[in-house]
Amino acid sequence: MLKIAVIGGAETVMGFKALGLETYPAADPSEASKILRRLTRDNDDYAIIYIEENLAEKLQHEIDRFKDRPTPAVILIPGREGSIGLGKQALMSAVERAVGTNILGD
Amino acid sequence: MAGTAVTPTRMVLNQLKGRLKTARRGHKLLKDKRDELMRQFLDVIKQNKVLREKVEQGLTEAFASMQVASSLMSPEMLEQSLLYPRQSVELGIKYRNIMSVNVPVYSFSTKNNDPSEIYPYGFAQTSGELDDALGKMADVFQDMLELAQVEKTMQLLAEEIEKTRRRVNALEYIMIPELEGNIKYISMKLEENENSTKVRLLKVKEMVLQDAHHYQQ
Repeated sequence: MLKIAVIGGAETVMGFKALGLETYPAADPSEASKILRRLTRDNDDYAIIYIEENLAEKLQHEIDRFKDRPTPAVILIPGREGSIGLGKQALMSAVERAVGTNILGD
Repeated sequence: MAGTAVTPTRMVLNQLKGRLKTARRGHKLLKDKRDELMRQFLDVIKQNKVLREKVEQGLTEAFASMQVASSLMSPEMLEQSLLYPRQSVELGIKYRNIMSVNVPVYSFSTKNNDPSEIYPYGFAQTSGELDDALGKMADVFQDMLELAQVEKTMQLLAEEIEKTRRRVNALEYIMIPELEGNIKYISMKLEENENSTKVRLLKVKEMVLQDAHHYQQ
């Protein structure tokens, strides 16, 4: 069976723990990057990894590595302070990649 | 470029004609593939957009409730309440094939089916806001799962479309024109050879006739 991981600030991931997900609190991007690498290094145990946006901002190139692979799905979620639009940006970049230009217009 | 690397023989000409035919058929097929992928992709984008908005809004609300809860309880107490989850999640993954792109389909099951099992604490010493926050979190989690699926699908489709698009363009703007150019070059060259042979033959005939009969024109 596959697992779901949540990487984010200690307060953000607290709630997810109660839902039964595996949580990995990370204080800063470099810590998050270490966790991400550890989770994806040797096996495909994790099918979905949720990462808090403000940590993911600095890890864009790490996250991009997973874009072409079927697992894991690395998904950005907003942090406590609300969304900073990175998730939307991921959508835009996928559109741009496929179509060649941004057809959504915003 | 056209005409530099090919030997102008009839055999090469036939080979090139065969390749041109295959290239044209491949181009048409890939173009159809690209169009269908694009149609699917646009659907997925729409879904993704809606889901992302829903998830972001839901999570923001859940975090807000959590904030209230954490302000009402001491940090130690809060941490202690959430320390040992009673619920655990299992995720199954299957693959669906969209135009030869394998996209994941997640199936999700919780160990305990009782919805109240998300509260891993006794109600006596915790605030009601915490229950509220966890409830919201559980609600939004379904959408988060779906978002993961849709977003991964979107990324994989985007990659495949990019690849297909490049192939279509390479065939359309490089392969096919080059083949056509080479074919033209060879057929012109062959025609030229034929003409020079004809002229040579006429000349030879004239010389032979003159030798035999002292024939003068």
